[in-house]
Amino acid sequence: MKRWAVGAAGALLISAAALPALAVSDPSEMLKDPKLEARAESVGSQLRCLVCQNESIEDSNADLAKDLRAKVRQRIVAGDTDKQVMDWMVARYGNFVRLRPPLMASTVLLWATPVLGLLAGGLIAFFSRRRFAAPPAPLSVAEQARLRELTGAP
Amino acid sequence: MSFSRRHALMLAPLGLAGAAGFAFWKMLDRMSVGKFDPHALNNPLVGKPVPDFALSPIGPGKGFTAADLRAAAAQKPVLVNFWASYCIPCAGEADILGSLAGEGLPIWGVAWKDKAGPAQQFLDRYGNPYARLGNDVSGNVIIDWGVYGVPESFLVDRNGIIRWHLAGPLTDDSVSQDLRPALKAIA
Amino acid sequence: MIPELGNFALALACCLALAQAVVGIWGAQRRDIRLMAATPGLAVGQFLALATAAGALVWAAVHDDFSVANIAENSAIAKPLMYKISGCWGNHEGSILLWGLILSICGAAVSLAGRNLPSGLRARVLGVLGGTSCGFLLFALTTSNPFLRIWPPPADGQGMNPLLQDPGLAFHPPILYTGYVGFAVPFAFAVAALIEGRIDAAWGRWVRPWALTSWAFLTCGIALGSWWAYYELGWGGYWFWDPVENASLMPWLTGTALVHSAIVVEKRESLKIWTVLLAIGTFSLSLSGTFLVRSGILNSVHSFANDPARGIFILALLALVIGGSLLLFALRAPRLSSGGIFAPISREGALVLNNILLCSICAVVVVGTMYPPFADLLLGQKISVGAPFFNATVLPLAIPLFAAMAVGPLLPWKRAKLMPIVEHAWWAALAAVIVTGACTIGMKILPALAFGFATWIILGSFAEVVERVLLFRTPVASSFRRARGLPIAVLGAAIAHAGMGVTLAGLAGAALDSQKIVSAKVGQTFSSGGYEWTLMKLEDADGPNYTSRMATIYVKKDGVPVVLMHPSRRNFTAQHQTTSDVAISTNLLRDLYAVLGEEHDGQAVLRLHVNVLAPWIWLGAFTMAIGGAISLSDRRLRVGAPSRARPDAVTA
Repeated sequence: MKRWAVGAAGALLISAAALPALAVSDPSEMLKDPKLEARAESVGSQLRCLVCQNESIEDSNADLAKDLRAKVRQRIVAGDTDKQVMDWMVARYGNFVRLRPPLMASTVLLWATPVLGLLAGGLIAFFSRRRFAAPPAPLSVAEQARLRELTGAP
Repeated sequence: MSFSRRHALMLAPLGLAGAAGFAFWKMLDRMSVGKFDPHALNNPLVGKPVPDFALSPIGPGKGFTAADLRAAAAQKPVLVNFWASYCIPCAGEADILGSLAGEGLPIWGVAWKDKAGPAQQFLDRYGNPYARLGNDVSGNVIIDWGVYGVPESFLVDRNGIIRWHLAGPLTDDSVSQDLRPALKAIA
Repeated sequence: MIPELGNFALALACCLALAQAVVGIWGAQRRDIRLMAATPGLAVGQFLALATAAGALVWAAVHDDFSVANIAENSAIAKPLMYKISGCWGNHEGSILLWGLILSICGAAVSLAGRNLPSGLRARVLGVLGGTSCGFLLFALTTSNPFLRIWPPPADGQGMNPLLQDPGLAFHPPILYTGYVGFAVPFAFAVAALIEGRIDAAWGRWVRPWALTSWAFLTCGIALGSWWAYYELGWGGYWFWDPVENASLMPWLTGTALVHSAIVVEKRESLKIWTVLLAIGTFSLSLSGTFLVRSGILNSVHSFANDPARGIFILALLALVIGGSLLLFALRAPRLSSGGIFAPISREGALVLNNILLCSICAVVVVGTMYPPFADLLLGQKISVGAPFFNATVLPLAIPLFAAMAVGPLLPWKRAKLMPIVEHAWWAALAAVIVTGACTIGMKILPALAFGFATWIILGSFAEVVERVLLFRTPVASSFRRARGLPIAVLGAAIAHAGMGVTLAGLAGAALDSQKIVSAKVGQTFSSGGYEWTLMKLEDADGPNYTSRMATIYVKKDGVPVVLMHPSRRNFTAQHQTTSDVAISTNLLRDLYAVLGEEHDGQAVLRLHVNVLAPWIWLGAFTMAIGGAISLSDRRLRVGAPSRARPDAVTA
């Protein structure tokens, strides 16, 4: 990690994001309306905390995460839909802030991996299979006679 | 499956591993010269107009608004620098900001949720390169600019468009290799 | 003096590893009996040298020798003794030493337990292990030497991250690393077999115990890490699809496929190429995971000290080990003779499906974890791939796997029909449908389905056992006799599969969780999840290297007292960090989980959770490992161990 990032994280001190310390949210942060609060939490859990490593803003107690949580609630109370709140965040921080990568030209391969994996596995298994050999054709009358002759069977 | 197809398939894992290994080597290589940072964001505001905002006064700074910024930038491009008195790397870039200001580059400062006392102490100790200075008390301005840590710097051109961004402190390398070419491009 | 001894022992181990590699491979190539016989001794010697080095580091830590840079950076006089010892492997250099130590233990184990292996194979296996060890120890000596000194030594060390000062730290890394590194043995077997140019049923039988042991340890290691996060981090999460977690999941997925695939090699001499590739792939994933996590390329909460220069060294090591083995694979694998033919519907067919599904899930995890740095490098785009992506893509692949898990062991080899399976397992399917139906009343469709699948897996796993003992179809005494005669591996497999079902039920239980965040004054009572929680008091509770505030919460259910809980917050003065000490009370069916937050004006923030069935997540994983261990106790799996003749052998 670049030194400046370490310094910045250290400077944001107590809520040193990689080291969670406090209770994650304050009851005073939560919205009064439980439905709106539930929406805010679900949108928040899709937003990446930018100063932490790999946490959502709902899980982190960094200062920036706290501000972003407040912002999400502000916009929901103001009437934005979930999509509008996400777009608002993406307009400012780019696609990096979305924990669920959007489906676009550059992420088609990413989202197609399960299907591609199954397909590749299936094709390999299909082409490597060896079928049971077909049973030999029944012996002709002459061959049966020859067989009887050779084995001394009656 | 035919023998040659089998052989080709057996080479696939090696091929994949080789390609991945090459990519990792390139990543490490670029990381060591600072050209690759998996932890940094690309700011989407580059190429877009300055967002609306208003800043409160702090210490020697009287605060400013987006309108003030656009008006000033129309005369000469402005470097907007986000900082805080409690931010250690900000102290590290203070010298460079000072010398840039000395060259005549207008530098406007945005303090992030700072207080007058500590801010004044910081500026007394490290120098004040800021032509104008304001304080983001709520944290909303930071979010509107897509800033996620301090220090960060932006270059605003004569049309009020953000043309350049750097996350992290200015260094001699980033000034000579990034900032100066950007300044030349928008001069 | 002792650290110097440790440094010397490390260097000695590296030389012995090199000798082991050369003598083993060369001796086997030349069929030189003396060289081949010398290899095990070298492996044991390498282990002893590394044990000495590790001992020296622990000694330095316990005696607060701050002239050793590693101890000065990570330890402190005030640190409790247990963490001084276990902290030895809580940093980069120490963890590399641990890796090397476990790798040498593997070599020593193969030397001692592998006496019944053909000498050529054993020499080659030890040779490959020695070569890998040598590379790793060279890395340790040159870039990550824990015995470097600093002079003058500081008066006190910098102390360890408070989050790591936890009993979990003592167990999680060694167990996890044993799992990771243990897969080096199947890897060595695979490479040895490729060099020899031959894989047969005996090879399958020899590899399986090593793969199974490593798999059991890795399962426990991952579960321990997840449980540690659950009680240490403070918001009840236990899996975040964090890159480091993914790095441990990837070898687990291919390792599971390997354990199953080796059965087919052993029983039917089929799927050889798959198995060899899985053996190489699992260890390659372990190694790559180690590299990636320390390179700084990935964004992860497990921040090791990242240094791109070290990254280049490990990358070179990886290129040699992985590239070399895959090249050998490309050249030699086509020559491996193919074994038994089988129909698509058969036990082999089910195991092929198992391989495909597990490898697809692994591919998803690999691609998802590596996509951000690759997108950045190739396209200059910054994207995040977080938990929502993995949850959405892994689930559709896991579902067919869960469904097939119970059916697979019931299929006969070579050729099977599905109808008889239905006859054997209809009761498990019926129970699953009933459970799903019952659950949809109280919860959403996805958790209800998860409970249904869990029922199917748990009951269906025992369907084979039920079949074999003819339960309910012959007198109980007869069933009992049959049960005692069952191969232990069948029981082990049933238990391991059932364990997966238990974990699935634990994951599904999250749908029934309740959570409340409140600002509480002393004496206030809150109601959540069917329990009443009362904050009794808030007091100071300082420790050896921290100050702390502790809450006492009295939990009652319908007026009946249940438990007293003591969550606390600790402030570590040396590091300016505050950690949350969660209070968990479990009755194995549900966890009561209480967290103490900040205090303002006599009010404290409390988070109160009731986590239903959460303990089953880790109990299930533990059950899986036990199933694996039980399978290992099957004498048939142990090399050259015929079953003892019963003294009362029936002759009539």
